Amino acid sequence: MSVLVVAEHRRGDLRDVSYEAITAGRELADERDGDLHVAVVGGDVDAFAEELNREGVDAIHAVDDGEEFDHNAYQAAAAELADRIDAGAVVLPNSVNGLDYAPALAEDLGVTLVTDAVGIEYDDGLTVTREMYGSKVETTVDVAGDRFVLTVRGGEWPPAEGVGDATVETAEVDLPESGARVTGFEEVGGGDVDIADADVLVSVGRGIEEEENLELVEELADALGATLSASRPIVDNGWLPKNRQVGQSGKVVTPDVYIAVGISGAVQHVAGMKGSDTIVAINTDPNAPIFDIADYGIVGDLFDVVPELVDEFA
Amino acid sequence: MKVLVTVKEVAEADDDFAIEGTDIAESDLEYDLNEWDDYAVEAAVQLAESGVADEVVAVTVGPERSEETIRMALAKGADRAVRVWDDALEGSFPDVASKVDLFEAVVDEEEPDLILGGVQAADTGFGATGVALAERIGFEHAAVVNHLDVDADEGIAHVHRELEGGVEELTDVDLPAVLTVQTGLNEPRYASLRGIRQAQRKEIAAKDLSDLGLTADDVESALTITSMYEPESESDAEIIEGDAGESAGRLAEVLREKGVGA
Ligand SMILES: Cc1cc2nc3c(=O)[nH]c(=O)nc-3n(C[C@H](O)[C@H](O)[C@H](O)COP(=O)(O)OP(=O)(O)OC[C@H]3O[C@@H](n4cnc5c(N)ncnc54)[C@H](O)[C@@H]3O)c2cc1C
Repeated sequence: MSVLVVAEHRRGDLRDVSYEAITAGRELADERDGDLHVAVVGGDVDAFAEELNREGVDAIHAVDDGEEFDHNAYQAAAAELADRIDAGAVVLPNSVNGLDYAPALAEDLGVTLVTDAVGIEYDDGLTVTREMYGSKVETTVDVAGDRFVLTVRGGEWPPAEGVGDATVETAEVDLPESGARVTGFEEVGGGDVDIADADVLVSVGRGIEEEENLELVEELADALGATLSASRPIVDNGWLPKNRQVGQSGKVVTPDVYIAVGISGAVQHVAGMKGSDTIVAINTDPNAPIFDIADYGIVGDLFDVVPELVDEFA
Repeated sequence: MKVLVTVKEVAEADDDFAIEGTDIAESDLEYDLNEWDDYAVEAAVQLAESGVADEVVAVTVGPERSEETIRMALAKGADRAVRVWDDALEGSFPDVASKVDLFEAVVDEEEPDLILGGVQAADTGFGATGVALAERIGFEHAAVVNHLDVDADEGIAHVHRELEGGVEELTDVDLPAVLTVQTGLNEPRYASLRGIRQAQRKEIAAKDLSDLGLTADDVESALTITSMYEPESESDAEIIEGDAGESAGRLAEVLREKGVGA
């Protein structure tokens, strides 16, 4: 059975997750002795089609429609192409836009949806590996039936490489009138400091509990000559401005040293800091996922450890 | 206009937990209102306070225990609540379609103009119910909304969707619609004592499958959890032992070696 991957692009560029989804899609297609089809909807489809022609791709369908993402167009194009090629699986990135149409697509096709896969296995049926309870556990989930929509987590599959010999065709698809219209984009989080430039970051998370306690990590940042950054809840609470947020929807940082204080290490946070040279975590919970990517860890209460650390550098 | 808010009681694992079979041991779980849903409740209540919404109804799928959590939504200002549960749901891992079956039946009864819910549930992290529901009931939708401005006269919700990398997409969504809400949309209030007292008197209508005209077949899940385990850490993190003073001392050495604080 064939597999359909739908690529993702934004403001003129294909996003990396598109190539990762191709790798995951190829894996599934191999297991089911099928072809791998890739769809690209909107934007400069001809240029995108060329770029998406990587090793392992059998066919590329370019659907010309508008410049940017429109969930109705993506859904209609994916549903129609999935029917045309009798796709056993549609594979999409588990991105913000993926989540904006994958569930509707699965509903539309009447097939089972599994989101945020970190691993897949196919043996008579699909088994998906997912995380639960804030990444504290992994689960394997058996999926009944043999057609499904799957979204794959970014960074879990290597991007497809090489140059393929896919057939490329312009696909005519009936696209519906949209009840949701993109009217523009806005960059957020400019401002005084660019945390992406810092060599050393002291990053604070919800473990800090109260706004008043921020002083403690500020002292640490001062003592270390570091810049202060944060996980999302700190910014959501309005305790620090948006330009201090590290993560998927914040900034991607790659300092020499990243000190995560009271941060659990949710996947969307890790997406923004895993490229740091040396990662230090201070957390009371020995099972916090942040320890999985840390180089040095202290399992302890930040309210005990941080003042001692400040003293060391005073 | 009537606003329906979908809320979920989510489980969080304690720092120390045991896995029993394919779930975390009940005694090692704590329950709370899903963080993302809290923002959805706040958005709905603000719409009522500003006169845009006439009624806010919270709906949940959960066993009797979850009434405690639903009361939080009532204490924060939802007018009434619907709680759906059935023995047939016990112990299964519901897929998105079966949850949508339940919510669709509630939507048929309530006929809301706007549905708000969190973008994901913290425990399962599926991030799918709202958008799937929109498709089923023929509403428009937008996912990961972090700014909302409802123009009831025009029948449009002006939203920002928070994309990756600090970019927001500005979108106009025709009503009726389902919006899934991102944290940071607003500042969820704490329930006041008065609110908590009032919540005791508000209605929580309990419904089972037959009340909603459904059968166990409708909510049979295509998903089965076959194993749960603690992920093997690939990290070679050096865990620095000792009391706070000792570990801070050792960490300071490490940091100095890296040229920090020099
Ligand atoms: C679409 C989307 C995009 C997102 N984008 C981002 C993003 O860009 N950046 C981001 O950070 N998040 C993002 N999130 C949110 C993310 O899922 C998490 O909710 C968030 O990262 C959690 O932040 P935290 O680690 O500070 O809080 P929590 O997960 O609550 O963790 C707090 C940690 O502090 C520890 N702790 C508590 N008390 C102490 C103490 N006294 N001493 C030491 N440790 C203590 C706890 O053990 C826990 O591990 C996004 C979510 C979604 C759905």
